[in-house]
Order: sequence, then C-alpha cells, then structure tokens
Amino acid sequence: MKRYVIKRIVLAIVTVFIISAITFFAMNAIPGGPFNSEKAPSPEVKAVLLERFNLDKPVIQQFGIYLVNVIKGDFGVSLKTGRDITKTIVESFVISAKIGGIAVVVALFFGLVLGSCAALMRNKLPDRLIVFVSTLFTAVPSFVLATLLLLVFSIKLGWVQVWSATDTNYILPVISLAMYPMAYITRLTKTSMLDALSQDYVRTAKAKGVTPWKVIFKHALRNALIPVITYVGPMTAYILTGSLVVESVFTIGGLGSKFVTSITNRDYPMIMATTIFLATLMVIMNLLSDIIYKVVDPRINFD
Amino acid sequence: MQNEKAEFKKNILSSQIDLSKFELATEEEKKQQDVMSESTTFLRDGIKKLMKNPLAVGSLIVIILVLLLIVIAPMVVPYEYSEIIKVNGSRDRGAKNLAPFQYSEKELEFIAQGGEIFPHIMGTDAMSRDYFIRVVYGTRVSLLVGLFASAIVLVIGMFYGSVSGYAGGRADLIMMRIVDIIYSLPDMLIIILLSVVLDQVLSGNKSIIIAKLGTNMVSIFIVFGLLYWVGMARLVRGQILSIKENEYVLAAKAIGAKPGRILTKHILPNCLSVIIISTALQIPSAIFTESFLSFVGLGVQAPMPSLGSLANAAREGLQSYPFKLIFPATMICLIVLSFNLLGDGLRDAFDPKLRR
Repeated sequence: MKRYVIKRIVLAIVTVFIISAITFFAMNAIPGGPFNSEKAPSPEVKAVLLERFNLDKPVIQQFGIYLVNVIKGDFGVSLKTGRDITKTIVESFVISAKIGGIAVVVALFFGLVLGSCAALMRNKLPDRLIVFVSTLFTAVPSFVLATLLLLVFSIKLGWVQVWSATDTNYILPVISLAMYPMAYITRLTKTSMLDALSQDYVRTAKAKGVTPWKVIFKHALRNALIPVITYVGPMTAYILTGSLVVESVFTIGGLGSKFVTSITNRDYPMIMATTIFLATLMVIMNLLSDIIYKVVDPRINFD
Repeated sequence: MQNEKAEFKKNILSSQIDLSKFELATEEEKKQQDVMSESTTFLRDGIKKLMKNPLAVGSLIVIILVLLLIVIAPMVVPYEYSEIIKVNGSRDRGAKNLAPFQYSEKELEFIAQGGEIFPHIMGTDAMSRDYFIRVVYGTRVSLLVGLFASAIVLVIGMFYGSVSGYAGGRADLIMMRIVDIIYSLPDMLIIILLSVVLDQVLSGNKSIIIAKLGTNMVSIFIVFGLLYWVGMARLVRGQILSIKENEYVLAAKAIGAKPGRILTKHILPNCLSVIIISTALQIPSAIFTESFLSFVGLGVQAPMPSLGSLANAAREGLQSYPFKLIFPATMICLIVLSFNLLGDGLRDAFDPKLRR
C-alpha cells in the first residue's frame, strides 16, 4: 500500500515536471518574441526589458529560473495586461471552482440516483427512459449544450438572466458542465449496480432477511460506488476543459475564459501559467481518485 | 479360447462393452445429432449478431447516409463553400443571412425572369455563402479528422503495444513507464498548447500538405500522433500478454518462426476484435476533440469550415439566426451518437467479454 502511494506520488511529480517542461520549451519554440508588435520599443528599452524578464540568459537557465519562481508561487506578469498572473489565476479560479464544484456534486448525485433507479427497475419504462437520455447526452459536446441552453432559456424564453458581474446565476453553466459526466456516471452506476445486485453477498443478505432498502444501500450501492470513484479524476479533467468553452459562452470571468482569451491574445506567460496550474490540478485529482479507489476496495492488489 | 471366456466371465473393472444391453437408435434419435446451423467464421458470426442489434444497424444506416450526403451533395449543389453566391454570373452580396429556403431580392428577380436557382436548404451565412454546402464540407472535415486521427492512433498504438507486449522484460517496463507518463498528461490542455505553438511554428513552413490542410489541422494530427495512441498501446499490450502464452505461439516458435511473423500471423489476428472496437469508439472522441478545438478557435483554417467552427461562428448572430447553430450542432451530435452506438454494437457482437 505504502509503496503504491509513494510510486504514484513520484509519477505525479514527474508528470507535473514534464508538463512544465513541455509548456516552457513549446512556448520558447514559437518564432517571434513579445516585442514584435507594430510599436517596436527602442533598443535601450528592449535591453532593459530583456534583462528584467531574464530573456537574455540561455533557455535552460531561463527554465530553471521559471521553475524556481513557479514553486515560490510566482508566475510573472501578463504580457498584455501587465497584471500579476498568480493574482489573476487565484481570483478567477475562485469563480471556476465554484461552478466546477457544483457541477461535480450535481453530476455525482444525479448520476448515482438515476443509475441506481435504472438498475433497480431494469427493463421497465424508467430504465429505458434513463438509458435513452443518458446515451443521447454522451453525444452532445459541452459547448453545443451551453450555446443551446443560452439560446433557449436566456434569449428565447428569458427565464434565466444572462450572466453578469452583479447577477450571478449558476444554473445554466452548471447544467452544461454536468450533463456529460452525469450521463456517463449514470451508465457506469447502472452496470456496476446490476453487477453488484447479482453477487452472492446480496443474495445472502436478502436470505438473512435484511430489509430491501438496507440491501440496496449497504450491500449493493456501496460496492457499485467503486468504479464511479475512478471516474472522478477524468471527470475533473472533463469539467476543467469544459469550463474553457462554457465560461466563454456564458461570458463568465473564470479561469477557463481567461485561458481562452490568453490563447487568442497569444499571451504566453498567461498560457503557461494556466496550463501548469490546471494540469497540476488534474494530476492531483487523478492521484487522489486512484488512491481512494485502492483504499476503498481491498480486493485490488497493489501492483 | 480366452476370448470366449471373457464374454461370459467379465471382470468388473473391464471396460469391454456388453452389446446386448444396447439397442439401435431410431431415425428420430439419429436426427438429433444432425448439425442444424451452418458452420460459421468469427467474422460472419459477429456480423450476424451486429445485424440483430437494431440500434447498431440504425446508426450504421445513419453513418452511410451522412457519407452519401457529403460525397454527393457537393456534386449536386452548384455552390462553393468559400464563395459568395452568384446570380447569373455576378456576385450577390445582398444574400446575407437568409433563412432556409429563402431567396434574396436578386435571386427573386432572376427567378421572375425565368431563371432557375438552387434553393438554399439551410439558408446563407453572414458572408453570403450557401450554408448547406458549408455544413456539408464541415461534416467532411470533421469526419476526415476523426477517421485520420483514429488511423494514426491505430497504427502507432498497435505497433508500440505489440512490440512492448511481445518483447516483455525490461524493454516492456521502460516502454510502459513512458506510456504511464503520457497517459497521465492532461490531453486537452497539451493539445491546446501544442496547437498554439505548432500553429506559429508551421505557419513559416510553405510545404504543399500544410498549405492545403492548414496548420491547425496538421497540428491536430501531430497531437493525436503524440498523445492519443497510449490507450490503444495499453490495450494491445494487454491482449498480447495473454495471447502469447498460448500453445500455438509456442508451436510456431518451435518450428522457428521469426517474431515478426508470429506477431502478424498468430497474435495480432486474435486481438483484432478489441482493436476494431476501440478504433470505432476512437472516431467520435476525435470528432469531439476537433470540434472543441475549432470552437476555441484553434481548428481548421478559414474559409474551410468544420462543424465546431461553424457552431462557434453561429454564436455571433445567435438571437436572430438560431438555425445557424442548430444545423452544425445537430450534425455533430448525430455523427457522434451513431459512432458511439455502432461501437457499442460492435463490442457486444465481437467481444462478449467486454460487455458492460
């Protein structure tokens, strides 16, 4: 167990390092620098700027300096706005985390409930309905769903206010982020629940005279949860990348839309910082869900 | 002498059969031994099962219809995806944002004079281009990206996985560590990053392929080639690890077959079903990725449309022209849904063990 955890943590650190390296060297491979705009600064100003941003040193040394700064929590300043990137990331991430967190909870809750319902009412109307809807929603990209929701509920029907700084309404962004993971969890829960219900221990529990509710919750659902735990890591990744487009569609000033604007602006320090930040987050979530998975299910051997 | 004795005094342990205790089978009983169904191959059996799955057949029909549409429509419809609509040889700039089956003033005039105009089935876009043909070309691009990307994943993943699985030992360990690391990279972020970078790096390059496809398309392929093959590699390796323990592989080795021949003749054909299924499920995920990138603005080069970039462009006039979003969005969902269902059907038909 200990060995497995240590191995996974080492792998995670290596992954984060590789991501930082890819990001840094990829950004350095781009032809043209930040001073290639129409208003070129004078050579003196340029020299000062180069020294200030350590751009006059060899690339490897620059990478070292960057890594040290990142560990200290300093991502530098944005090339476009000149603002401190760490501050921007923290501020915008609060908004994204709120929406993403709600989406995770919604997806998990409804996915589990719908999946269990489908498994318990196998081949009846509710099951068929749930399977149909969840199959349908695994084929709808989040940006399509977000734009359609915006079109129908905000523009045509006017039920939900369009997002603004003063009037924050989480319903539509959360729905568009949560729908795909929810559909996936529903399918996952259904199959694992069916599997659990056909196990011997469930039959034993029923034979002992345990009440049906207790059989479902204590014996079947608890075991059916295990595959869902492994999906938490990929789900976080999906919701984080989904937030890129969903936030742009709803014009929410979260980290996702900041990332997309930095791509269109070619604001390299911002792209690097956001990539490293989001990637680290995803790696940590993957690590946690893998470790919890092994802790929860002692049947799995630690290889 | 001895034989005669044995007939009467039979040892209890003797397995000699006493024929007198048996009777001849009747004609009816003989029929029970007849083989009723025809002998069948693995492929034929799988296809038969697939054809019994109504969802899979339905999605196969949808995919074929979409394929027919994108092949035939550009031949029938007299418009170009990148050109402004022409009326009687002259450009018609007034034909902006027409609703489906609507005609512009110039076109109405032309029709009144007895001319014939091909209807704009999905209207026109903000630059007076026929929207139907743009959606058709967008579908073409999205499908092509999906198929090509899956092909790249298939080739690299199969090669890497089979070498790693067959070689075993230290080589396998190192190769799988590399796969582990690539697997744990957040693919979408790296794709976005590399698309940004490759877009800049490749734009200086003036080779024909890049000019024709556009830098973003090439970078999508490169990224798929770099990152997405790991899932396939893992799958193939796992299959090979179990298959290479079989006796027929040992027999082939004993005869002196070379590793390459054993892999291609004895091992890979046996994991074909897994490979086919996972390739079929790879296509919709590639289409998803491509449309996502196009939506963020990192997709195919304008004026070439893709379903994602069409949906993105539709956001501007969403209030007035919602149909411009609905058409490409429906197309994406339809294609992804059919490929998903077909993949599920293939899995059920060809690999009952994988059934979820």
